[in-house]
Amino acid sequence: MSSANAPDLTRDDGRTRREAVVRLVFFVCAVLSVLTTIGIVLTLLSDSVAFFAEVSPVQFLTGTSWSPANDPVNFGVLPLVTGTLVITIGAAAVALPIGLLTAIYLSEYASDRARSVLKPALEVLAGVPTVIYGYFALVYVTPALATIFPTIDTFNALSASLIVGIMIIPMVSSISEDAMSAVPDSLRNASYGLGATKFTVSTSVVVPASVSGIASSFILALSRAIGETMAVTIAAGNTPRLVDLTDPAGVFLNSIQTMTAAMVQLGASDVTGQSIAYKSLFAVGLTLFVITFAMNLVSEWIASRYREEYR
Amino acid sequence: MATDTRDSTSFERVSRAKDIAFEYLTLGATLLGIVALAVLLSYVAVDAVGWLNWQFLTSPPHPMPEKAGIFPALVGSIFLMLLIALITFPLGVGAAVYLEEYAPDSRLTKFIQLNIANLAGVPSVVYGLLGLGLFVQLVSLGYGSLLVAGFTISLLILPIVIISAQEAIQSVPDSMRQASYGMGATKWQTIKNVVLPESLPGILTGTILALGRAIGETAPLIMIGAPTTVFGVPNGPLAKISAMPMQIYTWAEYPDKAFQHGVLAAGVVTLLVVLLSINSIAILIRNRYQTQS
Repeated sequence: MSSANAPDLTRDDGRTRREAVVRLVFFVCAVLSVLTTIGIVLTLLSDSVAFFAEVSPVQFLTGTSWSPANDPVNFGVLPLVTGTLVITIGAAAVALPIGLLTAIYLSEYASDRARSVLKPALEVLAGVPTVIYGYFALVYVTPALATIFPTIDTFNALSASLIVGIMIIPMVSSISEDAMSAVPDSLRNASYGLGATKFTVSTSVVVPASVSGIASSFILALSRAIGETMAVTIAAGNTPRLVDLTDPAGVFLNSIQTMTAAMVQLGASDVTGQSIAYKSLFAVGLTLFVITFAMNLVSEWIASRYREEYR
Repeated sequence: MATDTRDSTSFERVSRAKDIAFEYLTLGATLLGIVALAVLLSYVAVDAVGWLNWQFLTSPPHPMPEKAGIFPALVGSIFLMLLIALITFPLGVGAAVYLEEYAPDSRLTKFIQLNIANLAGVPSVVYGLLGLGLFVQLVSLGYGSLLVAGFTISLLILPIVIISAQEAIQSVPDSMRQASYGMGATKWQTIKNVVLPESLPGILTGTILALGRAIGETAPLIMIGAPTTVFGVPNGPLAKISAMPMQIYTWAEYPDKAFQHGVLAAGVVTLLVVLLSINSIAILIRNRYQTQS
């Protein structure tokens, strides 16, 4: 027997090479997401750096007037930040309690059948395009509010924050419900064994036990409200205005401008090329990106802690 | 003793009443958002009656409400969606396959995964800035062109496509992979012949739902300089395009009542109907697949 006749068990046909190439192709697809993040950061930074060479960061962050296009130009971001804050607080007042109660109902009270109908219905709330929500707020919600508050502006923060609140309910309810479902039944049964009602079990056992998941959902929903663009642009208007705390009703009944709306206004206008107004667009974008990114990270961090608690 | 019994029953009554009240409170909260949306949808449906007709669907925009139509925006949205599907499906599935089938349990993998989760939370208007800075300014593909819009929105929905494709791939049982390996298949053969065919319905459902999100995106289009009004259908990848949400935003700025309660309502209903058809396709695929298994 010569060794030349033995079967060649190492026959390859270039398979190893093909396997390596395929793996590389898939790896590149996955790395693309990292490149997207790098792309976002670099795009925002490069024009922001050029902007901050002309307007000092202190002036940008503490300035109380925003007028990028008309003389005298002012680049103070505070009116936009407070405008965003007004919308976020208003939306939170709607979405956080309603979303939390919804999660309690779905997790503790609802029958399987009710849940199978209600959960997809709630998902629809998150699926409607935000430009349509903006239209709803402007054309239907504001006129309805005008019957209660006759002094309300056509563009106002109240209708915008109500509609953004409705939009982010599913965000609060679905993540909170996941957290509540993860609470082990032994905790509930221990409470029932002591004679507690469902109300007591829900509020004294389930909610405290899933508090980190609830907190994570709240932060994520607020981050979504901060980044919400079309609904607030259409419904809340384009009046950059520092919040006047001496007139609390006016805060919600008048027009404001959020960071996102200011970006849309600049983006839709003809500021092109290397004008300072164009660069300011990226400085506001960077501010928005840093705030929402930080909130998403915190939410992720809290959520990963609660995952460790029960699993 | 007698007083003790009465106390406990009244306590019982109060706590039972509290329990029932709380159940109705939570049910009411659950229904509130759904009912609010249903009311708004019925308003817009009523307003659209008489405006949403063949003439509206086949005409270009016009300053007179009776002659205004959504045709270029409707076609633009469909072109845009096809382009986005062509880009996101292979890239999203590729990334999901890497993360589920190949990726070692390393720091880099964890970082990529965390990065994808965070990208899904970046506001869409920021993606618009990415498109403006990268595709319009740096690569010079032109303000508001079909290609720039497609690339920008593709990057926006890619994280959603990846996450849903990952879930679909996770649901393929390991025993099927082992059977394939046992027959001498390589990793790529296993993925190609077992994992992907088995997870395809789930992947398709997730991708189509993500396309539904893409079709409603407006802010990125504004940021990349999509024109407010387009009269023709796009004739090439670099042609300026309009899309339905962009057209709705443009009309929302007209104070005219006939626009606000007529043309605009018709546009909103058109967009919703297209969105509903897309989502029904996704649900059909999912149901068909569920009855099979």
